[in-house]
Amino acid sequence: MKNLVILGAGTAGTILANKLVRLLDADEYKIIVIEQSKVHYFQPGFLFIPFGVYKDRHVVKPVNELLSKKVNCVFETAKIIEPEKKRIVLQNDVAIPYDFLIISTGNRIAPEETEGLKESLWQKNIFDFYSLEGAKNLFKFLNDWKGGRLVVNIAEMPIKCPIAPLEFLFLADYFFTQKGIRDKVDIQFATPLSGAFTKPIASKMLSDILIKKNINVINEFNIARVDNSAKTIVSWDEQKIPFDVLITVPINKGNDVIGNSKLGDELNYIPTDRESLRSQKYSDIFIVGDATDLPISKAGAVAHFQVDILVKNLISYIQQKPLEEKYDGHANCYIESGFGKGILIDFNYDTEPLPGTFPFPIFGPFSLLKETRMNHYGKMMFRWIYWNTLLKGYKIPFIEPHMTMSGKKRPY
Amino acid sequence: MKIKELARDADGHLADFKLWNEEIAKELANEEEIQTLTDQHWKVINFLRKEYVEKNDLPTIRKITKESGVDTKELYSLFPKGPAKKAAKIAGLPKPKGCI
Repeated sequence: MKNLVILGAGTAGTILANKLVRLLDADEYKIIVIEQSKVHYFQPGFLFIPFGVYKDRHVVKPVNELLSKKVNCVFETAKIIEPEKKRIVLQNDVAIPYDFLIISTGNRIAPEETEGLKESLWQKNIFDFYSLEGAKNLFKFLNDWKGGRLVVNIAEMPIKCPIAPLEFLFLADYFFTQKGIRDKVDIQFATPLSGAFTKPIASKMLSDILIKKNINVINEFNIARVDNSAKTIVSWDEQKIPFDVLITVPINKGNDVIGNSKLGDELNYIPTDRESLRSQKYSDIFIVGDATDLPISKAGAVAHFQVDILVKNLISYIQQKPLEEKYDGHANCYIESGFGKGILIDFNYDTEPLPGTFPFPIFGPFSLLKETRMNHYGKMMFRWIYWNTLLKGYKIPFIEPHMTMSGKKRPY
Repeated sequence: MKIKELARDADGHLADFKLWNEEIAKELANEEEIQTLTDQHWKVINFLRKEYVEKNDLPTIRKITKESGVDTKELYSLFPKGPAKKAAKIAGLPKPKGCI
Protein backbone atom coordinates (compact mmCIF):
# COMPACT_ATOMS: atom_id res chain seq x y z
CA MET A 1 0.00 0.00 0.00
CA LYS A 2 1.37 3.39 -0.96
CA ASN A 3 0.49 6.75 0.55
CA LEU A 4 -0.47 9.59 -1.73
CA VAL A 5 -0.75 12.73 0.37
CA ILE A 6 -2.47 15.93 -0.72
CA LEU A 7 -1.59 18.85 1.54
CA GLY A 8 -4.47 21.35 1.51
CA ALA A 9 -8.11 20.92 0.45
CA GLY A 10 -8.79 24.24 -1.22
CA THR A 11 -10.01 24.37 -4.79
CA ALA A 12 -7.01 22.54 -6.28
CA GLY A 13 -6.63 19.92 -3.54
CA THR A 14 -10.33 19.05 -3.49
CA ILE A 15 -10.65 18.61 -7.26
CA LEU A 16 -7.45 16.59 -7.33
CA ALA A 17 -8.49 14.23 -4.51
CA ASN A 18 -11.89 13.62 -6.09
CA LYS A 19 -10.35 12.85 -9.48
CA LEU A 20 -7.64 10.57 -8.08
CA VAL A 21 -10.02 8.32 -6.12
CA ARG A 22 -11.66 7.45 -9.43
CA LEU A 23 -8.35 6.73 -11.17
CA LEU A 24 -6.25 4.91 -8.59
CA ASP A 25 -6.86 1.42 -7.23
CA ALA A 26 -7.95 1.77 -3.57
CA ASP A 27 -6.18 -1.51 -2.69
CA GLU A 28 -2.85 -0.12 -3.80
CA TYR A 29 -3.02 3.59 -3.02
CA LYS A 30 -4.27 5.32 0.08
CA ILE A 31 -5.25 8.93 -0.65
CA ILE A 32 -4.79 11.15 2.39
CA VAL A 33 -5.83 14.79 2.47
CA ILE A 34 -4.43 17.02 5.22
CA GLU A 35 -6.48 20.16 5.81
CA GLN A 36 -6.45 22.63 8.70
CA SER A 37 -9.97 24.02 8.21
CA LYS A 38 -13.24 22.11 8.51
CA VAL A 39 -14.95 24.52 6.16
CA HIS A 40 -14.30 25.23 2.52
CA TYR A 41 -14.82 28.76 1.22
CA PHE A 42 -15.98 29.66 -2.26
CA GLN A 43 -13.45 32.49 -2.35
CA PRO A 44 -14.64 34.16 -5.60
CA GLY A 45 -17.90 34.80 -3.75
CA PHE A 46 -16.26 37.05 -1.11
CA LEU A 47 -16.30 39.88 -3.67
CA PHE A 48 -20.11 39.99 -3.62
CA ILE A 49 -20.55 40.00 0.16
CA PRO A 50 -19.75 43.70 0.82
CA PHE A 51 -22.50 44.64 -1.62
CA GLY A 52 -25.10 42.33 -0.08
CA VAL A 53 -25.36 40.05 -3.14
CA TYR A 54 -24.10 36.95 -1.32
CA LYS A 55 -24.38 35.88 2.33
CA ASP A 56 -22.40 33.28 4.34
CA ARG A 57 -24.56 30.43 3.13
CA HIS A 58 -23.55 31.07 -0.50
CA VAL A 59 -19.84 30.75 0.13
CA VAL A 60 -19.30 28.18 2.92
CA LYS A 61 -19.61 24.38 2.95
CA PRO A 62 -18.12 21.67 5.19
CA VAL A 63 -14.99 20.07 3.69
CA ASN A 64 -16.45 16.64 4.55
CA GLU A 65 -19.33 17.10 2.17
CA LEU A 66 -17.09 18.05 -0.71
CA LEU A 67 -14.53 15.26 -0.58
CA SER A 68 -15.30 11.73 -1.76
CA LYS A 69 -15.94 9.28 1.09
CA LYS A 70 -13.01 7.23 -0.19
CA VAL A 71 -10.56 9.99 0.73
CA ASN A 72 -8.90 9.84 4.16
CA CYS A 73 -9.15 13.28 5.63
CA VAL A 74 -6.92 14.49 8.47
CA PHE A 75 -8.03 17.78 10.00
CA GLU A 76 -4.83 19.22 11.41
CA THR A 77 -2.32 21.97 10.62
CA ALA A 78 0.88 20.76 9.02
CA LYS A 79 3.95 21.94 10.92
CA ILE A 80 6.75 20.91 8.61
CA ILE A 81 7.35 18.99 5.40
CA GLU A 82 10.46 16.80 5.51
CA PRO A 83 11.23 15.76 1.92
CA GLU A 84 14.36 13.85 2.87
CA LYS A 85 12.38 11.69 5.30
CA LYS A 86 9.35 11.68 2.95
CA ARG A 87 6.96 12.72 5.68
CA ILE A 88 4.84 15.56 7.00
CA VAL A 89 4.83 16.39 10.69
CA LEU A 90 1.56 17.83 12.00
CA GLN A 91 0.99 20.37 14.76
CA ASN A 92 0.10 17.50 17.14
CA ASP A 93 3.51 15.90 16.31
CA VAL A 94 1.98 13.00 14.41
CA ALA A 95 4.07 12.23 11.33
CA ILE A 96 2.40 11.19 8.08
CA PRO A 97 4.69 9.35 5.66
CA TYR A 98 4.18 9.72 1.93
CA ASP A 99 5.28 8.00 -1.24
CA PHE A 100 3.90 10.80 -3.39
CA LEU A 101 3.14 14.32 -2.20
CA ILE A 102 1.05 17.04 -3.81
CA ILE A 103 1.29 20.46 -2.18
CA SER A 104 -1.83 22.57 -2.63
CA THR A 105 -1.47 24.86 0.37
CA GLY A 106 -2.55 28.02 -1.49
CA ASN A 107 -1.75 31.49 -0.24
CA ARG A 108 -3.18 33.95 2.27
CA ILE A 109 -3.33 37.67 2.96
CA ALA A 110 -0.69 38.94 5.38
CA PRO A 111 -1.87 42.39 6.57
CA GLU A 112 0.65 42.19 9.44
CA GLU A 113 3.44 42.68 6.87
CA THR A 114 2.52 46.34 6.25
CA GLU A 115 3.22 48.84 9.01
CA GLY A 116 0.08 50.32 10.54
CA LEU A 117 -2.36 48.23 8.53
CA LYS A 118 -3.56 46.05 11.39
CA GLU A 119 -3.79 48.81 14.00
CA SER A 120 -6.57 51.02 15.38
CA LEU A 121 -8.52 51.45 12.13
CA TRP A 122 -8.38 47.77 11.13
CA GLN A 123 -11.90 46.47 10.52
CA LYS A 124 -13.26 49.92 11.48
CA ASN A 125 -12.21 52.08 8.51
CA ILE A 126 -9.81 49.62 6.91
CA PHE A 127 -11.20 46.40 5.46
CA ASP A 128 -10.12 43.54 3.24
CA PHE A 129 -12.46 41.48 1.08
CA TYR A 130 -10.19 38.42 0.82
CA SER A 131 -11.52 36.97 4.07
CA LEU A 132 -15.12 36.20 4.98
CA GLU A 133 -14.79 38.28 8.15
CA GLY A 134 -13.39 41.31 6.28
CA ALA A 135 -16.04 41.10 3.58
CA LYS A 136 -18.85 40.89 6.18
CA ASN A 137 -17.51 43.81 8.21
CA LEU A 138 -17.27 45.85 5.04
CA PHE A 139 -20.89 45.02 4.21
CA LYS A 140 -21.97 46.45 7.56
CA PHE A 141 -19.83 49.55 7.07
CA LEU A 142 -21.01 50.28 3.53
CA ASN A 143 -24.65 49.81 4.49
CA ASP A 144 -24.53 52.84 6.82
CA TRP A 145 -21.95 54.91 4.99
CA LYS A 146 -23.08 58.30 3.72
CA GLY A 147 -20.12 58.92 1.40
CA GLY A 148 -16.59 60.28 1.35
CA ARG A 149 -13.33 59.04 -0.08
CA LEU A 150 -13.00 55.33 -0.76
CA VAL A 151 -9.50 54.10 -1.59
CA VAL A 152 -8.73 50.63 -2.93
CA ASN A 153 -5.05 49.72 -2.55
CA ILE A 154 -3.01 46.73 -3.71
CA ALA A 155 -0.01 46.43 -1.39
CA GLU A 156 2.29 44.32 -3.52
CA MET A 157 2.10 41.87 -6.41
CA PRO A 158 1.50 38.98 -6.85
CA ILE A 159 -1.97 38.71 -5.33
CA LYS A 160 -4.68 36.10 -5.51
CA CYS A 161 -7.04 36.88 -8.40
CA PRO A 162 -5.41 40.07 -9.74
CA ILE A 163 -8.69 41.06 -11.37
CA ALA A 164 -10.68 41.12 -8.11
CA PRO A 165 -9.65 44.66 -7.06
CA LEU A 166 -10.97 45.98 -10.39
CA GLU A 167 -14.21 44.05 -9.98
CA PHE A 168 -14.52 45.54 -6.52
CA LEU A 169 -14.17 49.05 -7.99
CA PHE A 170 -16.75 48.36 -10.73
CA LEU A 171 -19.20 46.92 -8.22
CA ALA A 172 -18.64 49.79 -5.77
CA ASP A 173 -19.50 52.28 -8.53
CA TYR A 174 -22.67 50.28 -9.29
CA PHE A 175 -23.59 49.92 -5.58
CA PHE A 176 -23.28 53.65 -4.81
CA THR A 177 -25.14 54.55 -8.01
CA GLN A 178 -28.04 52.27 -7.00
CA LYS A 179 -28.01 53.83 -3.54
CA GLY A 180 -28.19 57.30 -5.09
CA ILE A 181 -24.97 58.52 -3.43
CA ARG A 182 -22.42 58.01 -6.22
CA ASP A 183 -21.86 61.79 -6.43
CA LYS A 184 -20.89 61.78 -2.73
CA VAL A 185 -18.27 59.05 -3.11
CA ASP A 186 -14.79 59.72 -4.47
CA ILE A 187 -13.38 56.38 -5.65
CA GLN A 188 -9.58 56.07 -5.90
CA PHE A 189 -7.47 53.09 -6.92
CA ALA A 190 -3.81 53.06 -5.81
CA THR A 191 -1.80 50.25 -7.41
CA PRO A 192 1.89 49.32 -7.64
CA LEU A 193 1.34 48.39 -11.30
CA SER A 194 1.97 50.86 -14.11
CA GLY A 195 -1.47 50.14 -15.63
CA ALA A 196 -4.89 48.95 -14.45
CA PHE A 197 -4.02 45.30 -15.02
CA THR A 198 -1.01 43.17 -15.82
CA LYS A 199 -1.59 42.38 -19.52
CA PRO A 200 -1.46 45.26 -22.09
CA ILE A 201 -4.61 44.83 -24.22
CA ALA A 202 -6.84 43.94 -21.26
CA SER A 203 -5.23 46.71 -19.20
CA LYS A 204 -6.16 49.33 -21.81
CA MET A 205 -9.74 48.07 -22.02
CA LEU A 206 -10.17 47.94 -18.24
CA SER A 207 -8.57 51.33 -17.78
CA ASP A 208 -11.08 52.85 -20.25
CA ILE A 209 -13.91 51.39 -18.16
CA LEU A 210 -12.42 52.89 -14.99
CA ILE A 211 -12.29 56.33 -16.64
CA LYS A 212 -15.88 55.98 -17.87
CA LYS A 213 -16.97 55.15 -14.33
CA ASN A 214 -15.08 58.15 -12.95
CA ILE A 215 -12.65 56.08 -10.88
CA ASN A 216 -9.23 57.66 -10.47
CA VAL A 217 -6.16 55.41 -10.83
CA ILE A 218 -2.89 56.19 -9.05
CA ASN A 219 -0.19 54.04 -10.64
CA GLU A 220 3.15 52.90 -9.23
CA PHE A 221 2.04 53.51 -5.66
CA ASN A 222 4.04 51.22 -3.37
CA ILE A 223 2.60 51.37 0.14
CA ALA A 224 5.09 51.67 3.00
CA ARG A 225 2.71 52.30 5.90
CA VAL A 226 -0.70 53.42 7.08
CA ASP A 227 -0.91 56.55 9.19
CA ASN A 228 -3.92 55.70 11.36
CA SER A 229 -4.25 59.10 13.04
CA ALA A 230 -4.08 61.05 9.76
CA LYS A 231 -6.13 58.40 7.90
CA THR A 232 -3.67 58.29 5.03
CA ILE A 233 -1.66 55.66 3.23
CA VAL A 234 1.96 56.60 2.62
CA SER A 235 4.22 55.21 -0.11
CA TRP A 236 7.95 54.44 0.17
CA ASP A 237 8.64 57.68 -1.71
CA GLU A 238 6.38 59.65 0.68
CA GLN A 239 3.32 60.15 -1.52
CA LYS A 240 0.25 60.40 0.71
CA ILE A 241 -3.32 59.41 -0.09
CA PRO A 242 -6.03 60.30 2.43
CA PHE A 243 -9.04 57.99 2.88
CA ASP A 244 -12.32 57.74 4.75
CA VAL A 245 -12.49 54.05 4.04
CA LEU A 246 -9.56 51.95 2.86
CA ILE A 247 -10.13 48.66 1.08
CA THR A 248 -6.78 46.93 1.22
CA VAL A 249 -5.51 43.99 -0.76
CA PRO A 250 -2.68 43.12 1.64
CA ILE A 251 0.58 41.42 0.77
CA ASN A 252 -0.09 37.79 -0.14
CA LYS A 253 2.13 34.97 1.07
CA GLY A 254 2.30 31.23 0.62
CA ASN A 255 1.46 29.02 3.60
CA ASP A 256 3.72 29.16 6.69
CA VAL A 257 4.45 25.43 6.45
CA ILE A 258 6.34 26.18 3.21
CA GLY A 259 8.46 28.78 4.98
CA ASN A 260 9.03 26.49 7.98
CA SER A 261 10.16 23.72 5.64
CA LYS A 262 12.43 26.08 3.64
CA LEU A 263 10.76 24.97 0.43
CA GLY A 264 9.78 28.39 -0.89
CA ASP A 265 11.05 31.73 -2.12
CA GLU A 266 10.93 35.02 -0.18
CA LEU A 267 7.10 34.91 -0.24
CA ASN A 268 6.83 31.17 0.49
CA TYR A 269 6.01 30.19 -3.09
CA ILE A 270 7.51 26.90 -4.22
CA PRO A 271 9.81 26.73 -7.27
CA THR A 272 7.78 24.62 -9.70
CA ASP A 273 8.44 23.35 -13.21
CA ARG A 274 6.14 25.46 -15.37
CA GLU A 275 5.11 22.60 -17.66
CA SER A 276 5.13 19.38 -15.64
CA LEU A 277 4.10 21.06 -12.32
CA ARG A 278 6.65 18.99 -10.46
CA SER A 279 8.89 20.47 -7.77
CA GLN A 280 12.17 21.74 -9.21
CA LYS A 281 13.99 20.01 -6.40
CA TYR A 282 12.16 16.81 -5.45
CA SER A 283 10.93 14.32 -8.03
CA ASP A 284 8.23 12.87 -5.74
CA ILE A 285 6.61 16.26 -4.98
CA PHE A 286 4.14 18.07 -7.24
CA ILE A 287 2.69 21.53 -6.64
CA VAL A 288 -0.62 22.97 -7.79
CA GLY A 289 -2.59 26.20 -7.51
CA ASP A 290 -1.61 29.34 -5.60
CA ALA A 291 1.29 27.57 -3.83
CA THR A 292 3.47 27.54 -6.98
CA ASP A 293 5.86 30.30 -8.04
CA LEU A 294 4.62 30.19 -11.66
CA PRO A 295 4.23 33.44 -13.63
CA ILE A 296 0.47 33.15 -13.96
CA SER A 297 -2.50 34.50 -12.00
CA LYS A 298 -3.19 32.94 -8.62
CA ALA A 299 -6.79 31.80 -9.02
CA GLY A 300 -9.10 28.80 -8.92
CA ALA A 301 -9.60 29.26 -12.66
CA VAL A 302 -5.91 28.50 -13.08
CA ALA A 303 -5.76 25.74 -10.47
CA HIS A 304 -8.48 23.64 -12.06
CA PHE A 305 -6.69 23.57 -15.43
CA GLN A 306 -3.45 22.66 -13.67
CA VAL A 307 -5.16 19.74 -11.94
CA ASP A 308 -5.97 18.11 -15.31
CA ILE A 309 -2.32 18.28 -16.30
CA LEU A 310 -1.06 17.22 -12.88
CA VAL A 311 -3.27 14.12 -12.71
CA LYS A 312 -1.82 12.81 -15.98
CA ASN A 313 1.78 13.55 -14.98
CA LEU A 314 1.32 12.09 -11.52
CA ILE A 315 -0.03 8.86 -12.92
CA SER A 316 2.84 8.71 -15.42
CA TYR A 317 5.25 9.20 -12.54
CA ILE A 318 3.60 6.47 -10.46
CA GLN A 319 3.86 4.14 -13.46
CA GLN A 320 7.50 5.20 -13.93
CA LYS A 321 6.82 6.71 -17.34
CA PRO A 322 8.05 10.10 -18.59
CA LEU A 323 5.95 13.16 -17.69
CA GLU A 324 4.55 14.17 -21.04
CA GLU A 325 1.63 16.45 -20.24
CA LYS A 326 2.48 20.16 -20.37
CA TYR A 327 0.65 23.00 -18.64
CA ASP A 328 0.52 26.08 -20.92
CA GLY A 329 -0.44 28.68 -18.28
CA HIS A 330 -4.12 28.65 -19.24
CA ALA A 331 -6.40 30.95 -17.20
CA ASN A 332 -10.03 31.84 -17.76
CA CYS A 333 -11.77 34.52 -15.68
CA TYR A 334 -15.15 36.15 -15.63
CA ILE A 335 -14.88 39.79 -14.57
CA GLU A 336 -17.96 41.35 -13.04
CA SER A 337 -18.19 44.94 -14.32
CA GLY A 338 -21.39 46.19 -12.63
CA PHE A 339 -24.88 47.07 -13.93
CA GLY A 340 -25.56 43.40 -14.72
CA LYS A 341 -22.66 43.04 -17.12
CA GLY A 342 -19.43 41.11 -17.21
CA ILE A 343 -16.26 40.61 -19.21
CA LEU A 344 -14.48 37.33 -19.96
CA ILE A 345 -10.74 36.87 -20.41
CA ASP A 346 -8.94 33.70 -21.54
CA PHE A 347 -5.15 33.57 -21.76
CA ASN A 348 -1.96 31.61 -21.06
CA TYR A 349 1.80 32.04 -20.50
CA ASP A 350 2.40 33.33 -24.03
CA THR A 351 -0.92 34.76 -25.24
CA GLU A 352 -2.38 37.75 -23.44
CA PRO A 353 -6.19 38.15 -23.19
CA LEU A 354 -7.56 38.87 -26.69
CA PRO A 355 -10.99 39.84 -28.00
CA GLY A 356 -13.28 37.24 -29.62
CA THR A 357 -15.85 34.66 -28.54
CA PHE A 358 -15.74 31.71 -26.14
CA PRO A 359 -15.82 28.74 -26.18
CA PHE A 360 -17.07 28.61 -29.80
CA PRO A 361 -16.01 30.86 -32.69
CA ILE A 362 -18.83 33.25 -33.74
CA PHE A 363 -21.53 31.54 -31.62
CA GLY A 364 -19.90 32.23 -28.27
CA PRO A 365 -22.11 32.44 -26.27
CA PHE A 366 -19.55 34.36 -24.20
CA SER A 367 -17.63 37.37 -25.52
CA LEU A 368 -13.96 37.90 -24.76
CA LEU A 369 -12.76 41.31 -23.58
CA LYS A 370 -16.20 42.82 -24.03
CA GLU A 371 -18.91 43.81 -21.54
CA THR A 372 -22.02 41.70 -22.04
CA ARG A 373 -24.98 40.44 -20.06
CA MET A 374 -24.19 36.86 -21.06
CA ASN A 375 -20.75 37.12 -19.42
CA HIS A 376 -22.44 38.30 -16.23
CA TYR A 377 -24.72 35.23 -16.30
CA GLY A 378 -21.59 33.11 -16.80
CA LYS A 379 -20.07 34.62 -13.66
CA MET A 380 -23.20 34.12 -11.56
CA MET A 381 -23.72 30.57 -12.86
CA PHE A 382 -20.18 29.73 -11.89
CA ARG A 383 -20.99 29.39 -8.19
CA TRP A 384 -23.32 26.47 -8.93
CA ILE A 385 -20.77 24.91 -11.27
CA TYR A 386 -18.05 25.32 -8.62
CA TRP A 387 -19.90 23.43 -5.89
CA ASN A 388 -21.58 20.82 -8.07
CA THR A 389 -19.26 20.10 -10.98
CA LEU A 390 -15.82 21.58 -10.54
CA LEU A 391 -14.98 20.52 -6.96
CA LYS A 392 -16.37 17.04 -7.60
CA GLY A 393 -13.78 16.64 -10.32
CA TYR A 394 -16.24 16.37 -13.22
CA LYS A 395 -15.47 17.90 -16.59
CA ILE A 396 -17.08 21.22 -17.52
CA PRO A 397 -18.40 20.71 -21.08
CA PHE A 398 -16.40 22.38 -23.89
CA ILE A 399 -13.77 23.81 -21.53
CA GLU A 400 -10.31 22.38 -22.19
CA PRO A 401 -7.22 22.57 -19.95
CA HIS A 402 -5.08 23.94 -22.80
CA MET A 403 -5.89 27.35 -24.23
CA THR A 404 -7.07 27.47 -27.84
CA MET A 405 -6.83 30.35 -30.35
CA SER A 406 -10.17 29.29 -31.81
CA GLY A 407 -12.57 32.25 -31.54
CA LYS A 408 -9.82 34.72 -30.62
CA LYS A 409 -8.76 37.70 -32.75
CA ARG A 410 -5.61 39.78 -32.51
CA PRO A 411 -6.49 43.45 -32.73
CA TYR A 412 -3.11 44.28 -34.27
CA MET B 1 31.41 51.16 -27.02
CA LYS B 2 29.55 54.44 -26.52
CA ILE B 3 26.04 54.56 -25.21
CA LYS B 4 24.78 56.21 -28.41
CA GLU B 5 25.89 53.20 -30.43
CA LEU B 6 24.01 50.68 -28.30
CA ALA B 7 20.63 49.23 -29.32
CA ARG B 8 17.81 49.92 -26.86
CA ASP B 9 14.18 48.90 -26.42
CA ALA B 10 11.19 51.26 -26.43
CA ASP B 11 11.73 52.09 -22.75
CA GLY B 12 15.43 52.82 -23.15
CA HIS B 13 16.72 49.54 -21.67
CA LEU B 14 19.81 48.04 -23.32
CA ALA B 15 18.95 45.38 -25.87
CA ASP B 16 22.03 43.33 -24.91
CA PHE B 17 23.02 43.33 -21.24
CA LYS B 18 26.45 41.92 -22.10
CA LEU B 19 27.50 45.20 -23.74
CA TRP B 20 27.10 47.04 -20.44
CA ASN B 21 29.99 48.48 -18.41
CA GLU B 22 30.38 50.88 -15.48
CA GLU B 23 30.75 53.93 -17.70
CA ILE B 24 27.52 53.11 -19.47
CA ALA B 25 25.84 52.66 -16.09
CA LYS B 26 26.83 56.21 -15.18
CA GLU B 27 25.36 57.59 -18.40
CA LEU B 28 22.15 55.60 -17.94
CA ALA B 29 21.95 56.94 -14.38
CA ASN B 30 22.22 60.49 -15.66
CA GLU B 31 19.32 59.85 -18.03
CA GLU B 32 17.33 58.88 -14.92
CA GLU B 33 18.43 62.07 -13.18
CA ILE B 34 20.74 60.29 -10.77
CA GLN B 35 23.91 62.37 -10.84
CA THR B 36 26.33 60.13 -8.96
CA LEU B 37 26.27 56.42 -8.32
CA THR B 38 27.23 55.78 -4.69
CA ASP B 39 28.46 52.53 -3.15
CA GLN B 40 24.89 51.81 -2.11
CA HIS B 41 23.70 52.23 -5.73
CA TRP B 42 26.40 49.79 -6.82
CA LYS B 43 25.31 47.25 -4.21
CA VAL B 44 21.90 47.12 -5.85
CA ILE B 45 23.22 47.21 -9.43
CA ASN B 46 25.72 44.42 -8.83
CA PHE B 47 23.11 42.34 -7.02
CA LEU B 48 20.71 42.69 -9.97
CA ARG B 49 23.36 41.69 -12.48
CA LYS B 50 24.45 38.69 -10.44
CA GLU B 51 20.84 37.49 -10.07
CA TYR B 52 20.11 38.07 -13.74
CA VAL B 53 23.12 36.07 -14.90
CA GLU B 54 22.29 33.21 -12.51
CA LYS B 55 18.53 33.04 -12.99
CA ASN B 56 17.90 34.81 -16.30
CA ASP B 57 15.27 36.81 -14.45
CA LEU B 58 15.14 39.96 -12.34
CA PRO B 59 14.60 39.70 -8.58
CA THR B 60 11.53 41.25 -6.95
CA ILE B 61 11.89 44.35 -4.77
CA ARG B 62 11.28 42.09 -1.79
CA LYS B 63 14.21 39.90 -2.75
CA ILE B 64 16.48 42.89 -3.42
CA THR B 65 15.81 44.39 -0.01
CA LYS B 66 16.20 41.03 1.70
CA GLU B 67 19.49 40.06 0.10
CA SER B 68 21.37 43.05 -1.34
CA GLY B 69 22.08 44.87 1.94
CA VAL B 70 19.89 47.87 1.04
CA ASP B 71 16.52 48.22 2.79
CA THR B 72 13.25 49.27 1.16
CA LYS B 73 13.29 52.85 2.39
CA GLU B 74 16.82 53.39 1.13
CA LEU B 75 16.11 51.62 -2.16
CA TYR B 76 13.35 54.12 -2.92
CA SER B 77 15.58 57.05 -2.05
CA LEU B 78 18.42 55.71 -4.21
CA PHE B 79 16.15 55.04 -7.19
CA PRO B 80 13.11 57.29 -6.70
CA LYS B 81 9.78 56.28 -8.26
CA GLY B 82 9.91 52.68 -9.35
CA PRO B 83 13.25 51.35 -8.10
CA ALA B 84 12.79 47.96 -9.76
CA LYS B 85 12.52 49.50 -13.22
CA LYS B 86 15.09 52.24 -12.71
CA ALA B 87 17.77 50.04 -11.15
CA ALA B 88 17.29 47.42 -13.88
CA LYS B 89 17.76 50.08 -16.56
CA ILE B 90 20.96 51.41 -15.03
CA ALA B 91 22.23 47.85 -14.59
CA GLY B 92 21.79 47.36 -18.34
CA LEU B 93 19.05 44.78 -17.85
CA PRO B 94 15.60 44.47 -19.47
CA LYS B 95 12.51 46.07 -18.01
CA PRO B 96 11.01 43.91 -15.23
CA LYS B 97 8.11 41.93 -16.63
CA GLY B 98 6.10 43.12 -13.69
CA CYS B 99 3.38 40.83 -12.60
CA ILE B 100 0.85 38.51 -13.77
